[in-house]
Amino acid sequence: MALFATCVTDTLYPRTGQAVVKLLERLGCEVDFPAAQTCCGQMHYNTGYPRHAASLAADYERIFTEYDAVVAPSGSCVGMVREIYPKLLDSTRAAQRSHELSEFLVDVLGVTDVGAYFPHRVTYHPTCHSLRMLEVGDRPLRLLRAVRGLELVELPEADSCCGFGGTFAIKNADTSGAMLADKIKGVTETVAEVLTAGDNSCLMHIGGGLSRLRAGVNPVHLAEILSSTEEEPWQAVA
Amino acid sequence: MAGRGVTWLGTPTFPKAARTALADPQLRANLRNATTTIRGKRADAVAELPDWEPLRRAGEAIKDQVLGDLDTYLERLEAAVTARGGIVHWARDADEANEIVLRLTREAGAEEVVKVKSMATAEIGLNEALAEGGVRAVETDLAELIVQLGEDRPSHILVPAIHRNRAEIREIFRREMPDVPEDITDEPKELAEAARRHLRQKFLTAKVAVSGANFAVADSGSIVVVESEGNGRMCLTLPETLITVMGIEKVVPTWSDLEVFLQLLPRSSTAERMNPYTSIWTGVTPGDGPKNFHLVLLDNGRTDTLADEVGRQALRCIRCSACLNVCPVYERTGGAAYGSVYPGPIGAILTPQLLGEDVDKQARSLPYASSLCGACFEVCPVRIDIPEVLVHLRAQAVEAKNKTSPEAVAMSALAWAMGDARRWAATQRIAGIGRLLSRGGRISSLPWPGSKWTSSRDLPAPPKETFRAWWRRTRG
Ligand code: SF4
Repeated sequence: MALFATCVTDTLYPRTGQAVVKLLERLGCEVDFPAAQTCCGQMHYNTGYPRHAASLAADYERIFTEYDAVVAPSGSCVGMVREIYPKLLDSTRAAQRSHELSEFLVDVLGVTDVGAYFPHRVTYHPTCHSLRMLEVGDRPLRLLRAVRGLELVELPEADSCCGFGGTFAIKNADTSGAMLADKIKGVTETVAEVLTAGDNSCLMHIGGGLSRLRAGVNPVHLAEILSSTEEEPWQAVA
Repeated sequence: MAGRGVTWLGTPTFPKAARTALADPQLRANLRNATTTIRGKRADAVAELPDWEPLRRAGEAIKDQVLGDLDTYLERLEAAVTARGGIVHWARDADEANEIVLRLTREAGAEEVVKVKSMATAEIGLNEALAEGGVRAVETDLAELIVQLGEDRPSHILVPAIHRNRAEIREIFRREMPDVPEDITDEPKELAEAARRHLRQKFLTAKVAVSGANFAVADSGSIVVVESEGNGRMCLTLPETLITVMGIEKVVPTWSDLEVFLQLLPRSSTAERMNPYTSIWTGVTPGDGPKNFHLVLLDNGRTDTLADEVGRQALRCIRCSACLNVCPVYERTGGAAYGSVYPGPIGAILTPQLLGEDVDKQARSLPYASSLCGACFEVCPVRIDIPEVLVHLRAQAVEAKNKTSPEAVAMSALAWAMGDARRWAATQRIAGIGRLLSRGGRISSLPWPGSKWTSSRDLPAPPKETFRAWWRRTRG
């Protein structure tokens, strides 16, 4: 199987990529990272540049076609790959074998208890594309509930959008900021130490707001929680 | 000239209009309360039906069948209406439709018409056109009346006065209704009673009524209007002449098709199992109801919309407003920010399409007024994939734009860099220099256009080592 790291994780959140590798290897997978990969093309597609997106999609197909499965730590990118590529490409073999991390763990590997240990108070934001495009449902929650030491608290109005939306955050910065403010209000109400999600782009957005307010809540990708063990526990960035 | 009248001329682009709305805490509170309540109710009403998903698919299929063969169904409708004593008019655009209604009103010798809520007449600006011709139009739907008296603009499809609270409505009534009691409170019952008294007078004297239509059954020529207050029923039965203005996409083939929509619509819009009033009329009946019935079939950009394979699904819309109520953008900005008769997610895709070649900067900003969260698609009772159409319209806007705009250049450069792993790694190294801008692991201020991001949030400092560099170092 192959890891598709996504451009955001590769560039800004290498720890998430490392966590996916550690977790999947612990569960007995043979993980490869095809170095030719770059980006799924979602930003281009959603901003109105489908031709650029189609060329990145064709690259993706070529790079990943030989693998049995592709796993990515992003519901949004897998949504792009699985739901949108069929509109851009004739053949989507690799796209159809692509899975978001929680889907891969629960559906393909058939595990919900991945042997993780994470002694913190955690709240979970479902992220729009995981929730509605991929319909990952409660898979991430089932995984989190099986983590030893973890205290899961419900996020108020969890399924409302955080206001990221790619270039939306720039083009409609004020509206995006207002949506973010409400999301952050929900997060801080939970008094959680950690906010988790299956998408680093949403975590970047909400995390950016939390950081601006010095809210003291740590945004941590789901993969990093699941990869944390008693022997090698997760550590906050210094 | 397609789509004239759909937008309010002179309104600013969405981001600008949104800023004004966002700065109004009362507006935000009113909207939040209203949308949160209706969202919950709708979810309950839908959960009651075990076959909601098949129903949605049926609604989608019927509408697609109609749109695929629209000429046939419209001709069938015309024949059936004519056979039952009605008269059918075809209007290519807003001007033609307004002219027809004004002429018919004059022929009936009326100086005032009563109206039952109709999006189509709002779309063509009928009230203003009638006023220019010396005819007063009186809205009879309570919320429409509030908007009309408040010299306001509607901000919701179903609840045009959603942005007003009770105290504000009381003020409007006291100012604008000559016969309203001095000591009226803001109790809904008292407000409704005042409106009823005000309107009763109008119903009893009006010679002409103008209505919209939720559906028209091609087979029998029947027109259907659903409403909650019963004022529409008065309009549809008391006056001598009834003029219905209807978008051509509203036709359904048969009565059994209608049944599907009479389930989908009320649950999606008002979260009711069934709407309180469903009025159906077919041509004219001697001795009962209006003596003359006119049906104005309005195109106004619809056939052009039909020609677009991706965009045409917007014409499936049954104006239930469910997509407005779940939209996180609409919830913050309200309807006025969209500058159109059709606000919210559906407005963002319908407005620019109806305008066609007349699309301007303001309408072109609408497809970007979404974070593509997909909540609208999830609730839409006829499964309009609004995010898909939004992205499609963005691509059209990009096509029409200058290829050397800063955004187009940046997108091309990025695609070029991402087209090759070595180029991409080099780009990442350059981005890594962003570390220099950071303090304590965060970047709090960027030059334009990044400043739009840092206005309300930080960015993480790029790490020293990207994932691919780590992989190469440890595994390569
Ligand atoms: S687009 Fe769908 S949800 Fe929105 S108003 Fe139309 S029918 Fe209702």
